[in-house]
This record gives sequence, C-alpha cells and structure tokens, in this order.
Amino acid sequence: MIQKYRLDKGGFIERNKQISFSFNGKKYFGYEGDTLASALLANGVHLVGRSFKYHRPRGFIGAGVEEPNAKVQLYSGAKTEPNAVATEVELVEGLVAKSQNCFPSVSFDFGEINNFLSKFFPAGFYYKTFMWPKNFWYKIYEPVIRRAAGLGVAPLKPDPDRYEHKFEYCDVLVVGSGPSGLASALAAAKNGARVILAEDKSRFGGSLLTDEVTIGNKKGKDWADETIEQLKKMPNVIVKNRSQVFGYYDHNMMVMFERTKDHLQNPNKYTPRQRLWYIRAKEVIASTGSIERPLVFGNNDRPGIMLASAAKEYLRVYGVLVGKKPIIFTNNDSAYDTAIDFKKNGINPLVIDVRKDSESTIIKEAKNLKIEIRFSHAIANTKGHLRVNSATIGKLNEKKSDFQNLEDVSCDCICVSGNWTPTVHLSSQSGNRLKFDENINAFIPNQSRQNESTVGSAKGSFSLKKSLEEGFNKGFEISNKITKKNIKSSIPTSNDRSNDKHDKFWCMPLPKNKNYKRCVDFQNDVYVSDIELAIREGFRSIEHVKRYTTLGMATDQGKTSNLNGLQLVSNIEKKIVPEVGHTTFRPPYTPVTIGAIVGREVGKYYRPTRKSPMHLWHKKNNAVFVDAGLWLRPRYYKQGQETLHEAAKREATNVRNNVGICDVTSLGKIDIKGKDSAEFLNRVYTNAWMKLPIGKARYGVMLREDGVVFDDGTTTRISENHFHMTTTTAQAVNVLAHLEYYLQVVWPELDVNVLSTTEQWAGAALAGPNSRNLLTKIFPDIDVSNEALPFMGFKEANLFGVPARIFRISFSGELAYEINVESGYGVFMWEKVMEVGKEMDIEPYGTEALSTLRIEMGHVAGSEIDGRTIPSDLSLDGMLSKKKDFIGKRSLDRQGFIDSTREKIVGVVPLDKKTMIPEGSHLVQDSKASLPNPKLGHISASCWSVEHNNPFSLAILKDGKKKIGEKLYALSPLKNKTIQVEIVSSHYVDSKGERVRS
Amino acid sequence: MLEIKCPYCGKRSQNEFSYGGDADIKRPELGKEISDKEWDDFVYFRKNPRGKHLELWHHVAGCRQWFKVSRDTSTHEIFKTLKLNEEL
Repeated sequence: MIQKYRLDKGGFIERNKQISFSFNGKKYFGYEGDTLASALLANGVHLVGRSFKYHRPRGFIGAGVEEPNAKVQLYSGAKTEPNAVATEVELVEGLVAKSQNCFPSVSFDFGEINNFLSKFFPAGFYYKTFMWPKNFWYKIYEPVIRRAAGLGVAPLKPDPDRYEHKFEYCDVLVVGSGPSGLASALAAAKNGARVILAEDKSRFGGSLLTDEVTIGNKKGKDWADETIEQLKKMPNVIVKNRSQVFGYYDHNMMVMFERTKDHLQNPNKYTPRQRLWYIRAKEVIASTGSIERPLVFGNNDRPGIMLASAAKEYLRVYGVLVGKKPIIFTNNDSAYDTAIDFKKNGINPLVIDVRKDSESTIIKEAKNLKIEIRFSHAIANTKGHLRVNSATIGKLNEKKSDFQNLEDVSCDCICVSGNWTPTVHLSSQSGNRLKFDENINAFIPNQSRQNESTVGSAKGSFSLKKSLEEGFNKGFEISNKITKKNIKSSIPTSNDRSNDKHDKFWCMPLPKNKNYKRCVDFQNDVYVSDIELAIREGFRSIEHVKRYTTLGMATDQGKTSNLNGLQLVSNIEKKIVPEVGHTTFRPPYTPVTIGAIVGREVGKYYRPTRKSPMHLWHKKNNAVFVDAGLWLRPRYYKQGQETLHEAAKREATNVRNNVGICDVTSLGKIDIKGKDSAEFLNRVYTNAWMKLPIGKARYGVMLREDGVVFDDGTTTRISENHFHMTTTTAQAVNVLAHLEYYLQVVWPELDVNVLSTTEQWAGAALAGPNSRNLLTKIFPDIDVSNEALPFMGFKEANLFGVPARIFRISFSGELAYEINVESGYGVFMWEKVMEVGKEMDIEPYGTEALSTLRIEMGHVAGSEIDGRTIPSDLSLDGMLSKKKDFIGKRSLDRQGFIDSTREKIVGVVPLDKKTMIPEGSHLVQDSKASLPNPKLGHISASCWSVEHNNPFSLAILKDGKKKIGEKLYALSPLKNKTIQVEIVSSHYVDSKGERVRS
Repeated sequence: MLEIKCPYCGKRSQNEFSYGGDADIKRPELGKEISDKEWDDFVYFRKNPRGKHLELWHHVAGCRQWFKVSRDTSTHEIFKTLKLNEEL
C-alpha cells in the first residue's frame, strides 16, 4: 500500500506496524505512531472538512492542539465522538472517521451555496435578519441554522466507557516537556522536590522533536529521551504523556486530562478511557511553549495552506511531506527551517518573504542550499477549489500597501509563518495580568498572582539557550524554596540556529478592485471584513467585537486567531495592541469530555446510597423502594398485581384496624449530653424543656432565626443530662450542623456535646390498635400498660436478650410505639416482631401508607415545613413558649408574620369524593377567571383517606381557618384538572387526638 | 477549589468544608429587648466586601469544628485561619 507522500525514512513512527483505517468511507493505511492527520497527509489527503458558516473546503492547518479545521466524527453508535481533532487522534487499527458539517460529502457539499451568498451573511447577520416575526425563531430559523452550522453529532446512547478521577499532590508541576520544561523538571527533581511533568502529546520533547539542535554534544531529541528516562527512574517524579493540564484554579489546584485508552491497539476491557487528575501543586512552572500564527491574505483558508511549523512537524516526526511543490510564506526566520527540511529531502521550495532581506545565519544556510527566496514579496491570493493549486504573488510596494507585478505560481501547498504566540493560557487563568511584548508582538505573562512561573517560549524566550537557562534556573529556584537542599544542576551547552529575526507585517493588502476573503478565525469563519464591519458598526471593546463576530469563540478558543484579530482591531482603530487588550482566557485550554468530568459518579454511583439494616428483608418481601434523600426506603410492599395506591390503602387500613410495622431507621438521631443539655434544648426548640421528666419524650419544633420552621421531631430525656433527639430524614444533616453552630459559635459557654447516632440505631414503628398487645408479647418482662408506659413515655427493655429502647410516640395518630435496637440487631428485631405479630395480622407498611396516615391526621411534614411557613401557619401556635426566648422568636413579631390573612394549613376534600387532587394544585375562587387567576393557596399533600374512604388533601390557604366550609376550585394545569373542593379542618381523623393516648 | 487550613486538622480541599458567613456578626443576647432594626441587621443585613473578610467555615466532612478564616473575597487569598477563641 503506497503512501505517496511518505518519505522512505525518517520520523518516529513504527514502519513495521502498518495500520488500516477509514476516512469518509475510503480505506487508507498508515503506521503505528501516526496521528489521523499525519496518516491522511501521507496519503495526500488535505481536504478534511467544511467551514462552520460558509461551508468552504478546509484542510489541516496545524499538527497539534492548535488545529482549527480538522474536526472529525469518530466511529458510530454509542462509541461515536464528535469534534475529535484529527491532529490529536492517534491512529489505531480499524479507526473510522468522517468529515463533519457537509452534505452529501466533503468534496461536494450543498451548504457551499452559503459561500456564494456570503455577502448576505456577514458578522451579526443572525441578530439582524432573524428577529422577525418573533415566533419564527424557535420554529423555523433556529432549527434550520442549527442543521446548517452544526459541528459533529453527539452520541444518543449511554457511554460504554469508564472514566476515572485521581487526586495528587506535588511540590512542582511542570506543564510541557519541551527544552525549558525538561530543564525545569530535571533541576527541581534533582533538588529533591516532588515533581509531576505533564506532556500533552504522546511524545516528549516539544520543539526538540523537530529542531536541528544539540544539547551537551547530543542531538536535541536524544537529550530529551535521556532526560525523560532519568526522570522516570527518580522516585520523586511522576512523568505523564498524553496529559493536558487544561485548567488553573484557585490555590494552585490544577486539573489535568489524561488520555489512557483510545491510542491502545488492544485495550483491556477495564482500562479507563480517560482520567481526570486534580493536582494540588505548591508551585507551577508553565513551559507551555508557543504556537505559530498564520499570515492573513486572500483565500488563505484553502486546503493545503498550513503553518510552516506544522509542515516541519509532519516531516520530522512522521516522515510525511505535506506537498511536493511547496511555497513557504513568511515574515520571519523560523519558517526557513521548514524550507531547509524540504530541500534536504529533495523538494525545491519557493520562499516568499515580506522582508527586504535578513542577515541571519539560517538565511545564509538557505541561500547556500540554493533555495529560491523572493524578498519583499507577498501572496495576494490563492486558487484551487478543494486544494490549493496556485498562488498569486507580487512585489510589495514600499509602504506594503499594494502589489506590483502580480503573477500566478503553481504549488500544491503553502506553509505560512506569521511569528509565534506564547501559550499564556495557564498563567492568565491563574490571575497573571499579561503584558504586551513589543519585540515579539504578543502577550507574555507579567506578575504572578499565585505560585506560578513561566519559562521558555511561553514567556517569549525563543532561543534554545535561553529556554534551557530559564528552565534550569527556575526549576532550582522554585524547588529550593520548598526543599532547601541547594543541589544545583549544571546547565548543558547548547547550539541552535539563530532564527529570531522577524517583521511585524502580517496582514496582506488586497490588490486594487479585488475583494478576496481573508480568513482570521478559521474554525468560526471570521474574516477581515467581518471585523472591519463590527468596528464600523460601533463595537469598540475587544470583548464586544469577539462576541459580535464570534472571533476566537470556537472549540479551538482562537489559538491561531486571537492575536491576529487583536492586531487587526488595533490597526483599524489606530491603537496599539495593549490598549485594545485581550479577551479572557478561560479553562479548559482544550476540549474535555463530559465523561472525564463526571468520572465514576454516574448512575447508581452518582451519590452514596444509604440503606437500613433491614433493607434485604424489605427486598425479599417485595418492597418497592423510594429515594428519601440519600436513603432508600420501602414505599410499599407489593402484593400480586396491586398498584401503589391499592397497596398504600391496604397497608394504611391494616394500621388503623390491626397493627403495622414501619422502618424508621432513616430518621435523624442525635445524642445530646452535658449538664446544660436541657437549657440548650430550651433555646433550640420553641417549647419548654427544663422540666421534662427523665423517661419522657416531648415533641419539639425548631425555627431558623428568621422565624421560619426549620424542623420538628421528638426528643427524649434518657437521664438528667442525656437526651436523644430525633429529626426528620431530610434535615438530619442540617440539624446537626445547626446545633454545632450554636454550641461552638454562639453559646460556647454551654456544657453540651452533640453526636449523630442515626446509623447506630435501627428503628421500627409499631402502629395500630393491636400494638400494645404485640408489645406485651415482645417484652414480657416489663409493664407496658397505659399507666406504666403512657403517651410520650420511654422505657429501656430487653428484646429477647437484646437491649432495646421503647418510645411511645406516634406519627400515624394511632396508638403506637417505636423500638430502637443497635443496628446490628435490626433484622433480629424486625423478624421477631413479625413472628410474634403474625397472630395479630401484622403487616409492614411503607412511606406511602405512612404519608396517608399522617395526612389524614393533619400532622405536618416536609411538604408543609417547606422553608416558607411559620409556626402559626401550621397550627403550631401552641408550641410557642411565652415565658422564654428561643432561636427565631424575635422574628415572629415581624409585620408580615402577624398578618391575620396569612396562608394557613387546612384540609381539602373534593366535592365528588372520588377525584384525587394532584399535589401542587392551586386553589382559586373562580375556575374560569381570566389569567392570571388569583391564587389563594396550594395543595401540599394528598392521600386516599382510609378512614373516610375518599380523597383528602392538606393545603396552605390564604386566611385558611376562616374559609373552612367554603367551596373553592383546585386547578392543576399540569394534569389538566379542575376539581371543585370543600375546605375542612386539617384534622380529618381523630381530631381530639384520643387514639394516641388510648 | 480553595485549600483551607483547618486549625485542628491542617490543610484540606474546600469540598470538605461549608461556608458559614460573616464571622463578625454577633447574635443578640437571649431575652434582651432590641429594636426591629437591630434584629434585622442581625438576621438579614451583611456587608459584601470586596477584599478582606473574616468569615466562618465548618469542617463538615472532617472534625466538624467551626472556625474563622481571613480571606480576600476577590483573589481568594487566605491570610490566616483561627480557632473561634482566637483573635486576628
């Protein structure tokens, strides 16, 4: 299989490992070690996609993360990945890729009509054109535009891959393994620091992979390889390739994205696809290098036109010629490297240099090699539809404002170089305010705000000697602050071509009467004319120009376009670049998959699941579970084909008639000890606690300082200075934090300790008229009569040899008890109770029946204690002590809280006694009133009352107590229901509360 | 993500802590007669400074101690962390 543009030798690919892959349905071959981009180029494929807006044919521009054009869709089905960057995709056997944003194919795309109509689609076009008529936007304009201007297609099936998170700590994190990064890491590691060295690419070495340099009498690449080997052997160093540090967060929290699977030819089933590293680094050294900028000229976006540095990388790293008839177009020395490399491989390049001449040694070398150079020349335009085939070249006039003697020169690729932009994203994210360096015409880091420093070309130091010096010095200096070992490494000698002469001219003029498109942002299709238009229309701030034209807003974040855009704005406005400023650099530096961000926290691992000790028993007995916060609680125990409502009715009826058992383990339990415990409870709860006798429980309500009800529950005095508090399941965590706050911050003088014991106790509620009978059989040793264990009584007892606590408390409104045993005995307790209760027709009941029982009794729960209600709204006025102060009491005097027409709790019954009222329904006077229909209240909870055998709901209703007996409407637009209802008392069953005391 | 030095446990990541607001707010004494304005100032009104701020944090996923943090609200620089009975 001939790869026509692959050289016979050279590059770091595995030539004995041929790999087949497909692109746009056609089969190709490459080698292990190729990227999708290098393998396509080896086969002469430049056309990879269509531009975002005008569907212009596009090819590769870069060779790494800077690539704006080559976004491809990989594979299909659940594994499909949109917007993969072909220059970053490593070639594996069977890789399937296709072009995006084109129909029916990349070489013939209907969307290209936009290019011929481009006059009608300038910047801001969408804002101006699709404003009217208003409702057309959602139905017509947006769907059509989305289809035409889409990127890839997101997968619709669940991601089959596994992703991981890892936390790591180090003294020095070095980002980038070019010469300055390797030097920093080596110096810091030798000085005893814990070092992490992160490299985005698969190969270490950065520019040493492509530059003709020597370090300490070794070839640059060999020095890099040896340094990496040396670092890998050191126990204090972690060396990672394929790892992009994409975000710099507060206090030197660095986030790194490691690609662990997609490059493997035969990955293990359990290999994670990607890994997200959270690295807390004491110091960060950014040796992130620099990215070459394109030059701007007519039709500079045709396939075959790419960065000179990319052409060099394809040649040096992959042994691939990007063309056989190249033009090198430059305003600086560095592109001559590429020209020389072409020449040395038997290809004759033509160099077009906008400068008058250059005295650099590299130019002399080029001249000696007889490379044809045209100084003071520039490219005005290019031709070739799907691949560039000629360039229109002319001599620049003195002011560089026009051309002379334009002529067409044929070519098959153009390698452009418009100087280098330091990659300052990480330093900028760290809060470093960048400064503009006139010498290199780009922004570089200034004053660090965190423990961060930048070395090498990321700081504008483009010579190898300087990069190494900065690296070694900074690596030592930074590590010595931490280790203080004073072990300094010597800096090796180095030798590179001096190639830092350049010109600041980068945007070519248009020949007279020509209106060629000159592209600035390749990925988002932003042209010189768009930026000019934005400024003509009055946009001044660079942030506004960016948003209006979408310059630099694509997934490549303007790595190749931002600085050119800024320079353009500054040229037009006749300002200098630092005055124009730069747009904000935000993480991530390169796109990160959602899978990596989420990690293993998907599905049932999204959050922890809490289960009661009796969970397996519930499961065996057909429980259907419901989420209650983190807890899984039985909602009902399904018998045969019954529905939720049938089961709840059956279970609740059995409680009212016989006896039921309910798992209440999830209720929050807090142990309170200390001599001031009673005083503390007295301040925390609204009612009085000082005189609660030992062995007695009491119901309590807690407020927030703003007077709103926070939580309720019962608390029992176990001994003089020992209480057992219960909270609702939902607020257990918050109540503990609330108590700790008051004990530690507000009243540290109180001698009280609190401790969560929720998981120490397994709890079961026994409720129903038979519950006392049952209790006598379970605890034959003690007296559980109404006199010995009255309502709100407490006893410690012995449950068949297991220590247990009995509380006579009731949520169901029936005669009821709660038994607690140590968690480990939970199943034992439950099974014993079921066994003994069999003859009394005991049945377990779930949360649905529990709700039914409490709703018809008018007991409030989370749906009424909703963060808006105060005690009087919930008929809890009787719980407010007048004799003492408590948390939130002062707020109850607020004007809004003493308003007599506030919304209060009431009961609601449908007039037809059949229709269940949906929870959340609004109560209104007139069902047909014009909207907005004044809302009088809302339905907070609904059930089928087993006592009355008809639906019953609780509601929070404006001036509710006065409306008892009135008829209103419950409206549920969600369920499309209008129900006529009667307002009744919230205590629908046993309104005097006799059963609990029976 | 901030790195906060709990005075009891040492440096930990922010996700172990919860924020507790202005540490200079003092709850009025129980039972004391106070004006509506004083009460409103305590319950609702907070300064929202840009810059240095003394605040409370709770080491919820750790030792469960409340403590004070002197922090710059715009740069997130933490100058000092203190136990509740210590003064800046």
